[in-house]
Amino acid sequence: MPDLDKTMASDADTEAGQSPLRLSMMDQFSRLTGLDSRLLAMLGALLVIWIVLNIMTNGIFLTPRNLYNLAVQSSVVGVMATGMVLVIVARHIDLSVGSVLGFLGMCIAFLQVEVFPLGAAWNWPLTILLGILLGAVVGVWQGAWIALGGVPAFVVTLGGLLMFRGGAFLVTDGRTVAPLDPTYQLLGGGIDGSIGATASWTLGLLAVAAVAFFFLKARAKRARFGFPMKPLWAELAMIAVWAALIIGFVLVMNAYNKPRSDIPRGIPVPVLIMLAVVIVMTFLARFTKFGRYVFAMGGNPEAAALSGINVKRTTIMIFVVMGMLCAIAAVITTARLNAGTNSMGTLAELNVIAAAVIGGTSLAGGLGTIPGAILGAVIMQSLDNGMVLLGVSSAMRQIVIGLVLVAAVWFDVVYNRNRR
Amino acid sequence: MATPLVEMRNISKRFGGVQAVDDVSVDLYPGEVVGLLGHNGAGKSTLIKTLAGAYPCDGGEIYVNGERAIIETPRDARSFGIETIYQTLALADNLDAPANLFLGRELMTAFGTLDDDAMEHEARAVLHRLNPNFKNIKDPVKNMSGGQRQSVAIARAILFNAKILIMDEPTAALGPQETAMVAELIQQLKKEGIGIFLISHDLHDVFDLSDRVSVMKNGRLVGTRQTSKVTKDEVLGMIILGKLPEDETADDLASLH
Repeated sequence: MPDLDKTMASDADTEAGQSPLRLSMMDQFSRLTGLDSRLLAMLGALLVIWIVLNIMTNGIFLTPRNLYNLAVQSSVVGVMATGMVLVIVARHIDLSVGSVLGFLGMCIAFLQVEVFPLGAAWNWPLTILLGILLGAVVGVWQGAWIALGGVPAFVVTLGGLLMFRGGAFLVTDGRTVAPLDPTYQLLGGGIDGSIGATASWTLGLLAVAAVAFFFLKARAKRARFGFPMKPLWAELAMIAVWAALIIGFVLVMNAYNKPRSDIPRGIPVPVLIMLAVVIVMTFLARFTKFGRYVFAMGGNPEAAALSGINVKRTTIMIFVVMGMLCAIAAVITTARLNAGTNSMGTLAELNVIAAAVIGGTSLAGGLGTIPGAILGAVIMQSLDNGMVLLGVSSAMRQIVIGLVLVAAVWFDVVYNRNRR
Repeated sequence: MATPLVEMRNISKRFGGVQAVDDVSVDLYPGEVVGLLGHNGAGKSTLIKTLAGAYPCDGGEIYVNGERAIIETPRDARSFGIETIYQTLALADNLDAPANLFLGRELMTAFGTLDDDAMEHEARAVLHRLNPNFKNIKDPVKNMSGGQRQSVAIARAILFNAKILIMDEPTAALGPQETAMVAELIQQLKKEGIGIFLISHDLHDVFDLSDRVSVMKNGRLVGTRQTSKVTKDEVLGMIILGKLPEDETADDLASLH
């Protein structure tokens, strides 16, 4: 390191020193909470949607039973949306996820029922593993066309949308495969597909402890380096908010009983799967080189390449992750249906892309968060679920969801314009 | 004289039908600034990008400290201690300063995860030395001023003990005050024994800072001269007419004005 004292010392940038004074209330708040204003807007939107739907449905929407169903319904789209965030952040798109889900789901069901002996204890874990491996292969296939072949992701995955839907049909020539392994069915969150009250409480409290631990550990580390820190009350308030959310979630899931009994259901297994995916994907996005490179590629592809990042390998990796997540979503879907049908996941790509975009992933690339995508998935599913409760026809529901997607992207455009 | 830090011999680079660089040889000694001059499209950026690893050359050889160096990627270039400050700065606008500084060579924790705190620590140290007013280093780079962005790009190049620095139009986006500071920085780096290729279309900048000038025209090297032994008009003649000082006639020089 050369000695550079005083060099550029008189740099005329005084904004840096003045900027705290000019921060708006909103910016102050988001700085303290670590949430950006756009995520806060989405949270506000979700609250408004919930309250309005609850009033319109005369209180049916915010019952434990409906919230339980909402959580299960959100998990398939949520799982895939976490991967779509990385895809869109890196300035690509994946239109094939619904078809890939259908194809992988058919493969899993076919292997489980017609290839391996149904009832063997190793059967369903092996089919899940094979499904995830196959998802990775699908990702390599599509990623290679994009990264090595230079074909735009839009075209490659549009082809994939057709090809894998065709593939889903060909696995069994269109036959539905059912029933599946009884243990496997638990992954779909049916009547027995939840973990009960005690386990839910245990997990919930562990989660609260983990949140507190990570917040305070990060703070201690910043203190050791002498970095500027948020006030302690702000951090404690954030921990309290998280704890309230986690405990509230457990309370709601435990308030919904199994049919004709007073045994609480607890957290549904598919929601646990989704939460596990969220944790792994957040880790991947925030704490690994891979995640850093995905965001760098989205921010400035040329700079990423000049920094020595292997852009091609990273691109293929993104689609491999996406393919594996499609396999996990396929597991939840088939387990929930207790069958493999070739129409599974039709049009899911639209919900997944919408969830990512509504959750704050910018189509211009470089911006997006995993928790935001889950929020987006819950918003989409809330609208759909609420309209079903209201008896809105499926045609009208499609129109509303379509409008919401356009409005979300419009919001993204306006938001970015105002930022400049 | 000592072994050159860098020797580029007979470099050629072709893009489709365009011969962007044609049989060019330049060299650079420790503690020396070599100015690369030429019009837009003369091939100076292309020449230097083959050294930076942005694209491999079609012909010619590169020697670093007298040893043959195969440079095909930016990573190769960095492994030889070659750092580049691009005209575009090549920053990922959505990332903060520490992430940009360490892009492609992140500091990792014992668990194999990104060590953001360690990177922020180092980034604060180096950026503070370049620019003590620099406080908002955790903001995305796109929210920073031109001078701050330039500081980030420069800090990235000097953070890893660069031996050879390539500066492509380092002052193009800066005001006069900031330009003066870049000049001061170059003087300091020279004292450290770092060799600098300075690419510019601004003759005055290059005259003030460089020890030698190499002039390119239409992809070819016109010639290399000690800066102290030529006049600005003679160099202008090299740039515009493609003639060496000794071949320039009084009429040629008059035609420049």
